[in-house]
Amino acid sequence: MERLKTELCGIPLDNPVIPASGTFGFGYEFAELYDINILGTFSFKGTTREPRFGNPTPRIAECPAGMINAVGLQNPGVEAVIREELPKLRKVFHKPVMANVSGFSVAEYAETCAMLAEEEQVGWLEVNVSCPNVHGGGMSFGTDPVAAAEVTRAVRKVTAKPVILKLSPNVTDICEIAKACEGAGADGISLINTLQGMRIDLKTRRPVLANVMGGVSGPAVFPVALRMVWQVCRAVKIPVVGMGGVSSPEDVLEMMMAGAAAVEVGAANLRDPYACKRIIEGLPAAMDKYRVQTIKEL
Amino acid sequence: MQECELTILENRPVARQVFQMTLKGAGPCRPGQFVNLLLDGLYLRRPISVFDAEGDLLRIIYKTVGRGTEQMSRLQPGAVLNALTGLGNGYDLTPAGDAPLLLGGGVGVPPLYLLARRLQESGKQVKAVLGFNTREEVFGEEDFRALGCEVTVTTADGSYGKKGFVTDALPEEYSYFYTCGPEPMLRAVYRTAKGSGQFSFEERMGCGFGACMGCSCKTVTGAKRICRDGPVLTKEEILWND
Repeated sequence: MERLKTELCGIPLDNPVIPASGTFGFGYEFAELYDINILGTFSFKGTTREPRFGNPTPRIAECPAGMINAVGLQNPGVEAVIREELPKLRKVFHKPVMANVSGFSVAEYAETCAMLAEEEQVGWLEVNVSCPNVHGGGMSFGTDPVAAAEVTRAVRKVTAKPVILKLSPNVTDICEIAKACEGAGADGISLINTLQGMRIDLKTRRPVLANVMGGVSGPAVFPVALRMVWQVCRAVKIPVVGMGGVSSPEDVLEMMMAGAAAVEVGAANLRDPYACKRIIEGLPAAMDKYRVQTIKEL
Repeated sequence: MQECELTILENRPVARQVFQMTLKGAGPCRPGQFVNLLLDGLYLRRPISVFDAEGDLLRIIYKTVGRGTEQMSRLQPGAVLNALTGLGNGYDLTPAGDAPLLLGGGVGVPPLYLLARRLQESGKQVKAVLGFNTREEVFGEEDFRALGCEVTVTTADGSYGKKGFVTDALPEEYSYFYTCGPEPMLRAVYRTAKGSGQFSFEERMGCGFGACMGCSCKTVTGAKRICRDGPVLTKEEILWND
C-alpha cells in the first residue's frame, strides 16, 4: 500500500513497522504464522562474536502493563548466525534485514559488524550499546558519550551500510549520547532499549529474576519512550527509530508524530504473535481516523 | 501453534488449590503439549499443560500459585479466553514399549493423562504412579483408573495411598518411563528410575513459542527452549547443573 511506504537511511520500507530485536528471533517462528514479508523489515536476535547462553533462569517476570526480562543476549554467535540462521531466513524473508549486534569491546563490535555487513541480506546494522542484562559490555558503551562514539566510529570504518545505534534510556541525558553517535558517523539512532527494573517474589522474599535486575518493556514504558524519541529527534538530524511499548497502529502514529522515521515493536510480539501483522493491517484505518494521508507526511 | 478463542464450559475445584477447566474451541493438542492463555489485566500469557483433548474440547488442570492462576480459578462458564494452543514438542510415544510407566508429581500429573489415554488406546498397559504431598491434594486417580491404567498413589505424609515419593513406588518391571513434576522430583526420578525415559519441564516463559529465549536451558546437545524444543526432554539430553 502506497500510503504506508517510507524509508530508513535510504532503504525503502513498505511500511514503518519493524519487530524489535530479541522478540522475533530470526523470524521463522513467526513465518509459520504469517508471511513476514508484510513487515517493513525486522531486527534479528542480538548477535555477538562468541556464542552466548545468557543468564540463568528465571529470566522473565510480569509487571503492570509489561514485562521484565534478563535473557542476557543468548545467541549462537556470529559465525553460526551467518552459517545457519541467515540461509534459513533467506527462504522466508526476501527483504533487507536489520542485523542487531552487541559486544564486549570496541574491536568485537567492529568485527561482528564487519562480518554481518558482508551478508547481502543485511540492510542495516543496529548496534546495541544498551543491553542492561550483560556485565562488562552492552549498556556500559551506551551510557558514556565517549564510549558510544568510539563504538560508532569503529563500526563506521568497517561498512558502508547504514549504521544505527540503539540507545539505552538508563542515562541522565540521552541527547548527549545520540549527538555523540551522530558526530561519530552514525546514520541513525534507535531507542529505547529496556528500562532497568526488578521484582521481588513476596512468598520467597527473593528477586524473581535469577539475574536480580532486568529490562522493563511493554506498554508501561511507552510514554517514557515517546518522550525520549521526541527529545532525540530534536537533538540530531539523522533518522530516529522509535520503540518502547508500541502495541497498536495508534502507538505507531504517535511515535512518528514525535519524529520517528520508523517504529520497532518489541514485547507486543511475545504477548500476541500476530501483533505486527495486526498493527500493519490496522494502520490505514487509524490513519483515516486521524487524517493522516501518508506515513511519510508525519 | 494455533490462536483460538476458547469458551469455558466448566471450571471446578478437584483438590486443594487445584482446578479443572473445560474449554471449547481448541485446535489440536498432542500429549505433553501446553496452551498459553491471555488473561485480563495481565501482560504475559500463562502456560498451562493439557490434561485432556478431544475434538475441539480441551481440559486443563491447574493449581492456584499466583495472580494468573488465582484469576483463572474465578472465571465462570461462558467466559472466553484467547489462547495459543498446541505449543511445545510433547511426548514422543514411539519408544514406549508394551508396559510404559508414568510418574507424575502434583500438578505434573495432568499432562500424563492424555499420554496415558493415547498409550492405552494403542494397546499398551500403562502403569501410573501419582505422587502428592497430602490427601487433600490428590486428584486424577479415578481418571487414570478409568482408562485401564494400573495406578499407585503416594503421599509424602502418608495420609493417602503409599507413604513416600513416587520414587519409593517404582514398579520392578516397565518398558520405558514418562515423567512430569517439580524439579526435585524429576531429579530423583533421573537418579532412581532404570532405563530410559522422557521428562517434562516447567519454566517461566515470555512468549511460549520460541521467540524470546526466556525459558532456555542447557542440554547435552546445546541450549534448548523449554517452550519450543521442550517442554519434554529425553533422559539422554538432560544436563543437570550439579
